[in-house]
Amino acid sequence: MNKKGLLIILCLCLFNFSCRKIEDKNKIVVWHWMSDKEEVFEQLAKKYYEQTGTEVVFQLFAPSEAYSQKVKTAAQTKSLPDIFGILGDKRDFASFVKSGYVLNLTEYMNANNKEWLKRFFPQAIAVNQFLKDNEFNAPEGIYGVPIDVTTAQILYNKDLLSRVGINEKNLPKTFDEFIELGRKLKEKGIPGFVSGWGEIWLISTFAQSYAFNIMGFEKVMDTFKGKVSYTDPDWIKVFKIFEEMKKVDLFVPGTITMINKVAEQIFATNKAAFAFNGSWCINVYRQFNPNLNYGVLPMPKVNFKNSIPVWGGPGNSFFINANSKNKDKCVDFLKWLTEEEQQKFLAENTGNIPANKSCLKYIPAISKSFVKDLLNNNTFHPNTLPVSELPEVYLAFGKAIQSIITGEKTAEQAAQEVQEAKKREMNRLK
Amino acid sequence: MKVVNRDNQLDNYLWILPALAMFLVFTVYPFYKVLQLSFVEWDGITPHVKFVGFKNYINILFHNKIWWVSVLHAGFITLFALTVQNFFALMLAVLVDRGVRFGNFYRLCYFLPPMLSGIVVGIMWNLVLNADGLLNFLLNKIGIHSKIAWLAEPKTALLSVAVIHIWKGFGWAFVIFLAGLQSIPRELYEAADIDGATYKQKFYYVTLPLLVPVLVLVSILTVLGTMQIYDIIVTTTGGGPGYHTEVPFTQIITRMTGTSQFGYACAMGLIFGIILLVVSMAQLLVSTIKNKYQV
Repeated sequence: MNKKGLLIILCLCLFNFSCRKIEDKNKIVVWHWMSDKEEVFEQLAKKYYEQTGTEVVFQLFAPSEAYSQKVKTAAQTKSLPDIFGILGDKRDFASFVKSGYVLNLTEYMNANNKEWLKRFFPQAIAVNQFLKDNEFNAPEGIYGVPIDVTTAQILYNKDLLSRVGINEKNLPKTFDEFIELGRKLKEKGIPGFVSGWGEIWLISTFAQSYAFNIMGFEKVMDTFKGKVSYTDPDWIKVFKIFEEMKKVDLFVPGTITMINKVAEQIFATNKAAFAFNGSWCINVYRQFNPNLNYGVLPMPKVNFKNSIPVWGGPGNSFFINANSKNKDKCVDFLKWLTEEEQQKFLAENTGNIPANKSCLKYIPAISKSFVKDLLNNNTFHPNTLPVSELPEVYLAFGKAIQSIITGEKTAEQAAQEVQEAKKREMNRLK
Repeated sequence: MKVVNRDNQLDNYLWILPALAMFLVFTVYPFYKVLQLSFVEWDGITPHVKFVGFKNYINILFHNKIWWVSVLHAGFITLFALTVQNFFALMLAVLVDRGVRFGNFYRLCYFLPPMLSGIVVGIMWNLVLNADGLLNFLLNKIGIHSKIAWLAEPKTALLSVAVIHIWKGFGWAFVIFLAGLQSIPRELYEAADIDGATYKQKFYYVTLPLLVPVLVLVSILTVLGTMQIYDIIVTTTGGGPGYHTEVPFTQIITRMTGTSQFGYACAMGLIFGIILLVVSMAQLLVSTIKNKYQV
């Protein structure tokens, strides 16, 4: 009796494990990591259900590292939800596309005289797109739907800068003027520059803006291709920027190991004159200190012959599972989500800049300062560059800059270190 | 009679089947999979993998300086924990075992930090060790002017992380030592008292020899726990400044989630596992030799 009972239980367990989930044709499951948008998404899902009868279930998985891993695991086990986000670089995105996990949206975007496509900033689409003959050999097409956009800028505290006689009219335009201002701030005992440079991507982003400014787009691309060395005099100039900032003691102590949340708190509480941050900071600063008096400082140039593009593009994008039974319903939902009304609702409740261009009229003045470079087509994003730097080299690049700021390495030594990492990686991948 | 025995045997196998199945699914299979993946190049997404033989292992062992630096960092924190943490834990356990006043209160206090998550501990210590933090405030109060961001300075970052780790792990060692001390028969101390032994002699000739198995256990747990330090690093330094607080786990996780090198990360994991195994075996061996010598 015992044995039979046990066997029956085991069989039932096996049967239960082997049963596949029955998909509900009127339900869309969305996976995301955006904890700050959870409540707003829930409200939008409720509204969508009332309007269409389609249930949208937003499932939050945070933090982003855990989410990223979950999506990769789900891809391997073919259990991706109907709609999901992809975190990672373009290489990862390409792998998802090449493996057939992501629906090609080009036809939907181009339908009705490109009605859906025209809603978005071109930079936001570019990040979700693979052009013909791309370096990853991914099939050409648009694969993602941006829901908001972002740029990273230098921000300044108006109250602190006014103490050294600086206002909106006489802001530093050149990097030398910026350093000179840093010296003045130091003399007055005003803390200078803060950013979450413990996060490598943020430090590398800042440096890459200056790389484009100093040597121009082509030479940066040639470096990524391995044709130009990081020990080239122009790259040394890029590393020297951090040496200069260090010399005038511009950094708030701890900046290089700081997570961005802490840096945001420091700037929001008037403990730093400058910050380098993405446009999501508007909402964060508002929560920390609604009276913070700040503005966007166009990045001071080193070389006036070239522009100085800022990091920017889509903040977050959604992708549709190519194997979903509800593909068309998912497309309908994402179209609805990026309509003016929903985008306005998202922008008002999250402080993010909407991906739908027609909503710009609803955003506050400070957000408009962030968007300016997007409108002027003066942005770059690692995922839209024709050539991507190898991830290991990207990591070594950020770490080398940290070493300059700690005073352990000179610009030349840092450049040498990055070049060695580049050589090592190229050899490894041969 | 034989039939009955076979029946009993079948019963026994059936009863261990669920545990065996769990072991196979959650231990043996993942281990096999990690071993298999360590010989391939794979981004963790595509269904296609490229067999590369021992290339990942060769690269880690002979061309990845940062990996060995990270192992050294973990070794430094472990050494610090083995000596400083365990010394103080033992001393305090001895005091509490002697029936010091408010013993239960100390037990509670010392055991609170291990109950906290590493993330919480990291965030809390950030507030203590940043440039405007509590430590600098106290130093300034006693006349030492300090504006050091302890976690961002190359010379102090690793030591600061080690101190945080010790603060968090101290309670475990304390509790295990205390349990070990309380299991030593009191008659031995009474006999030593009759023989006129001093407190120091009782400690060296009664307490310490009988505590050797506990010391070995605590040492192995300290080594295994400390070498795998991760959460505190992530919330305090992120492995920086530069590579100054990189440890094997930050390296493995970065390869796995940051640069999508699953095969490489698996090889790192296996190499690290072997290092831990060797260190633990060495500890066991040393304790066995010591026990034999004492006998």
